[in-house]
Amino acid sequence: MGRNTTLKQDYLLLMGFTAAVLAAPFILTPIGAGYPDLLQKFAIFGIFALGFNILFGLTGYLSFGHAAFLGVGSYAAVWTFKLLSMNPILALIVATVIGGLFSVIIGFVSLRRSGIYFSILTLALAQMSYNMAYSVLTPITNGETGLQLTQSDPRILDVALGRDYGAVLPSSDLFGIYMNGYPGYYFCAVIFIVCFFLSMRIFRSPFGMMLRAVKSNQNRMSYTGLNVRPYTLAAFVISGMFAGLAGGLLAVTDPLAGAERMQWTASGEVVLMTILGGAGTLLGPVIGAGVIKYFENIFSAFNESVLMQVFDFLPSSLQHAMVSVSSLFVGEGWHLTLGALFMIIVIFLPGGLMEGFNRLRSLALRIRRRQVDEPMTPDPVERVPGPAE
Amino acid sequence: MSILSVENVNKNFGGLRALNNVNLEVEAGTVHAIIGPNGAGKSTLLNCFVGRLEPDTGTVLFNGQSLLGLKPHQINQTGVSRVFQTPEIFDDMTLLENVTIPALAKRDGSFRLNAWRAVRDESKIHEAAHECLADVGLGEKSQELARQLSRGDKRRLELAMCLVQDPKLLLLDEPTAGMSRADTNNTIDLMRRIADQGVTMVVIEHDMHVVFSLADKISVLAQGTVIAEDIPDRIKGDARVQEAYLGGAHL
Repeated sequence: MGRNTTLKQDYLLLMGFTAAVLAAPFILTPIGAGYPDLLQKFAIFGIFALGFNILFGLTGYLSFGHAAFLGVGSYAAVWTFKLLSMNPILALIVATVIGGLFSVIIGFVSLRRSGIYFSILTLALAQMSYNMAYSVLTPITNGETGLQLTQSDPRILDVALGRDYGAVLPSSDLFGIYMNGYPGYYFCAVIFIVCFFLSMRIFRSPFGMMLRAVKSNQNRMSYTGLNVRPYTLAAFVISGMFAGLAGGLLAVTDPLAGAERMQWTASGEVVLMTILGGAGTLLGPVIGAGVIKYFENIFSAFNESVLMQVFDFLPSSLQHAMVSVSSLFVGEGWHLTLGALFMIIVIFLPGGLMEGFNRLRSLALRIRRRQVDEPMTPDPVERVPGPAE
Repeated sequence: MSILSVENVNKNFGGLRALNNVNLEVEAGTVHAIIGPNGAGKSTLLNCFVGRLEPDTGTVLFNGQSLLGLKPHQINQTGVSRVFQTPEIFDDMTLLENVTIPALAKRDGSFRLNAWRAVRDESKIHEAAHECLADVGLGEKSQELARQLSRGDKRRLELAMCLVQDPKLLLLDEPTAGMSRADTNNTIDLMRRIADQGVTMVVIEHDMHVVFSLADKISVLAQGTVIAEDIPDRIKGDARVQEAYLGGAHL
């Protein structure tokens, strides 16, 4: 499916996506990822990457500070819990709005430059936010300990509606359904699907087309009567709102917000997710987010005894050798696997995993075509995958 | 009636006087060529019309409105489109998308958060875009990526991108530079057709063949000064022009 998708193709894609997200607990169980905590992370970081992709994938502006919006969203959500209500929807609205407002400020400053200067500006501003969250803003962020709920929180709306959580620490609930475990996952999943739908609309819209034009040729754009700045700022703010929402969801599933969420490594992670999956493609960043979170949680849990079992079929000396080599890549060393995977992909599949899928698909099509109408037809010209696939 | 009037425009780059009291009147519905030897200030002058450069002194009026101090996108929105010396197109987009973008810019203005509707539903815009591509002879390539085009086709695409906006004034910077004879002739035919539709054009050109087959009026720039302005036949015989342009040789 190229950029010129039909309405029917879009519906099919959306339906497929919805089905996959809803059935994820069953689909992912065989590979050991079918438990709610990890599934929630898939959905939340999927949203984060979807938003990041609207900025980076479409306009080509590489922000190295998007974790700041994630962190701000978390703080905003926890404060909403503390002050107003434990209802997750209210918290998410606040988180999204605050994430958006914060990105207006950072976007306004950093979009004065492009290329590497833009990246450095976003990185610097995000690190500034991170350090402030640790130091001067301690009254708001509770510094190193992180912002937590307490029994003495006012929760004005909850109190007004007569909700009393008693002597236990409250956790977020949607009209009585607690936001952990599978209900928490399905809450995230619904929002994830909505975000995917929104992202798809943006990709197919004239606005999305202008964002791709920003990446392609800003000079031509301005001589065509288009003002580039508001387009880039709008993309920046939309992606900031997605990040704020994702941060809010992190707080909904686990009502705690710490500054480490804003650190530059977290910003780098979303860049990796997007590039790994395929920047500028609709599905790529979601897949990238899934792969990275999977590695982080599954590979890091492997230890020597698990490896011994895996290589059990080998003779003892070989088994030990294999274990000592492969243990470098699992457990604490999962970053090494991720790094190697990332390098392989960037070198051989610059379009990310999505490019890999597309190549496989066109290969399959070619083989089938050759089988159908025997040798004489020439190979179809290898199609360059468009950014919106 | 003159659609573009340039009065006493001066531009210095450091100690170099690039434009020296340039005056120019472009009549609506005509093709006005600006010729002159290398370094005469032709491109500098053109850049002063589109907001890329700001003259030091002087006025540039388009339909009675000053263009000075306006940004390129604002100038385009008043109805001025420009073709560059090396085609400026959206390389990694299809031809149809390349032409759709200016059509949307014309309809929606310089910014619009039009993020809900799908581009595929903009049937009027698509129709106009297809028409313009067919006009310049690229109708069959509408789904190809722009970067795959030959240089001549890229130029044609850029023309289509300008034409879809229905410009009041079209500025062309050496539209046939680096083209083969055949491509040049095709481009001349195309520009002739555009001119016949009543589009006012200002053309900077080196190729005299192109200039004399298109221009209604020619201004000759030399060392930043307009040394002659007349109809082609009289420019051919102008002694000053021959002196400046060819060092005395006959055109």
